[in-house]
Amino acid sequence: MPGRVAMPKQPPGERRKNFREVALGLTPELAVAEARRCLQCKNPPCVTGCPVQVPIKEFIGLIGQGDPAAALKRIREKNLLPAICGRVCPQEVQCEAKCVWAKKGEPIAIGALERFAADHGAADAAQPGRAVASEASPAPAASTARPSRARVAVVGSGPAGLTAAAELARHGYRVTVFESLHAAGGVLRYGIPEFRLPKSVLDAELDGLRRLGVEIECDVVVGQTVTLEDLWAEGFRAVFVGTGAGLPHFLGVAGENLNGVYSANEFLTRANLMRAYEFPETDTPIRTGRRVAVVGGGNVAMDSARTALRLGAEQVMIVYRRSREELPARREEVENAEEEGIEFRFLQAPTRILGDERGQVVGLEVQRMELGEPDASGRRRPVPVPGAEEVIPVDTVISAIGQGPNPLFIRYTPGLATTAGGQIAVDENGETSLRGVFAGGDIVTGAATVILAMGAGKEAAHQIHRRLEGQL
Amino acid sequence: MFPIIARREIAPGIHSLWVKADRVASKARPGHFVILRLHERGERIPLTVVGTEPEKGLVWLIFQEVGKSTAELAGYSPGDALLDVVGPLGQAEPAGKVGTVLCVGGGVGTAPVLPRAREFKAAGNRVIGIVGARNRDLLILGREMEETCDRVYFCTDDGSFGHHGLVTDLIPLAQAEHGPVDRVLAIGPVPMMRAAVAKCGELGLPVTVSLNALMVDGTGMCGACRVTVGGVTRFTCVDGPEFDGAQVDFGELSARLRQYAAEERLAAERFAARRKGGECQCRGA
Ligand code: FES
Repeated sequence: MPGRVAMPKQPPGERRKNFREVALGLTPELAVAEARRCLQCKNPPCVTGCPVQVPIKEFIGLIGQGDPAAALKRIREKNLLPAICGRVCPQEVQCEAKCVWAKKGEPIAIGALERFAADHGAADAAQPGRAVASEASPAPAASTARPSRARVAVVGSGPAGLTAAAELARHGYRVTVFESLHAAGGVLRYGIPEFRLPKSVLDAELDGLRRLGVEIECDVVVGQTVTLEDLWAEGFRAVFVGTGAGLPHFLGVAGENLNGVYSANEFLTRANLMRAYEFPETDTPIRTGRRVAVVGGGNVAMDSARTALRLGAEQVMIVYRRSREELPARREEVENAEEEGIEFRFLQAPTRILGDERGQVVGLEVQRMELGEPDASGRRRPVPVPGAEEVIPVDTVISAIGQGPNPLFIRYTPGLATTAGGQIAVDENGETSLRGVFAGGDIVTGAATVILAMGAGKEAAHQIHRRLEGQL
Repeated sequence: MFPIIARREIAPGIHSLWVKADRVASKARPGHFVILRLHERGERIPLTVVGTEPEKGLVWLIFQEVGKSTAELAGYSPGDALLDVVGPLGQAEPAGKVGTVLCVGGGVGTAPVLPRAREFKAAGNRVIGIVGARNRDLLILGREMEETCDRVYFCTDDGSFGHHGLVTDLIPLAQAEHGPVDRVLAIGPVPMMRAAVAKCGELGLPVTVSLNALMVDGTGMCGACRVTVGGVTRFTCVDGPEFDGAQVDFGELSARLRQYAAEERLAAERFAARRKGGECQCRGA
């Protein structure tokens, strides 16, 4: 039995200097070979690991038969954003973890195949990455949708909002998505870098939504530009709130407001949304510095570190207070970062950021840690090693230690109940304390993954449908 | 797109701009700001809303040419449009009736002061204006302030108009001439706000300032706009832009405002050179 196919990638020495996509996508030959490794289980366990129940076995079977177009159609019955999911879902802990081949360490490359179907399944697609842009046929259910059902507003155009919008549009609702930034996509736009999710792929998926009849209105901060009251007055019958976990946490150590200290959100937004890497051809600057420390161990930390490298930093370090085993980032992204030359400093926790007389960062003081007893999360808790401190000379510190809920919609929507953590409180149907207002994604769960937010958006769409049909 | 309805240079390098943005116009209150973007390559520029005409969907902004983007905006006229205008942003707590209010504007900072002065007046307060600038030419909105306030004091750094000196000199004077002051609002360049806060501290007057921190999104998402207020990190865009002046770490604010000084200079020089166009190249050849 042949082993799991390896995703072709740009060589590390090359890709660390450009923003082009790192993973190049499977060739048709590789895809067919990989698809044929699939055992086509009678009761496929893989699908139980998928938050949106993509018919994995079926679409892989179609790829194996050399029909990516049919495969894409099958995927789209459950997931309208496959080109994105195929790229950014953590398949290794979801579908691929359940694959029967996983026991042998060689699960089917389901993510790579999903991406292949998305990139190659559209009409006359030839090149990875641009395939979806030329897609001719809209999603299947569009033609069967009954037109002119009620209007539904979606607040936020991140993964949860886009998925909810797509599902609602398929049910025939007239959907308007409101986005506060000048471009749609939420974290897919401002957070995930081009080299992991090309903006052309996102744009193509957004075009697909527009073909379903979804309207996307940017530059609207719901709560301030329009209030919930206004939405009811404008004739919306239900609202889905997917405003995400947008509020960055800082380190809470001295020096966190020095020049040269960024939240990962700011650093990535300047680079991705504002295209600061083209400055001065674009107007938004970014200061990367020569030596960069990124604090945190998740995907956002990896994205920040790899972006800093591509912006010209000479040395980029990940500073993480636990050890390699506890890194929450996807293994693939950790490997990519290491191949590109990112250094990892494990078991070190920042205690202070040092600045010069002009208020510019010159160093990061860290405390050495060791692993103690397991904490509430089951991971061993890092505890300080007495007397073991060190100052790392750096020009830039990027804080990638997580985000809290964005406060704006909540603040300006009276009567909306929240949890102790500041998230929006919902009942078992995803409905908030305000009738007709549903919420899902990171604004409800706290920062999680793209696919979980998509799952929440999809589920909320069904509940909204039930509510509007009078079944709830 | 958000069409520009009017643009006029009201003082050297300071422009008044009316832009059509219906939703913003219907929602903006004194204290709010907007973020605009000129074009696809443009940065996000925060500007305080000076006024609105909600029936016509118009928003009034005032800006000073301080860098590349504002210099470029100064070249826009009716017929042009801004790519993005988003808002209103920030917290805009309504001004209540407090008694006597000093409204102090320094330079282009008089623009955000005016709507608050109008609001204080409408709420039944006695409103005393203090308007300062480097020289007579750079004084703005004098007439509007005079129409709004019970009394307006003017000053210039060079003595070309009004009192020869700083706005801080006029705070005690206004207090002496008009009796007890209940509240001060001071908006302008950081050194001016810092000095006004110090003066108010001496006089025991509560003072509110409005901060012009660097911003990206303006919705609490990035933290670029963070400032230390009362020893705590706050985000100017969602927690402000108005704060209790006595609590603000102005030293940190000025350092943060200089963060991209080199890049800003580079962009401005390139823009100026390109504007001159052929002329430069001819000389070079
Ligand atoms: S400007 Fe980004 S949080 Fe305030």
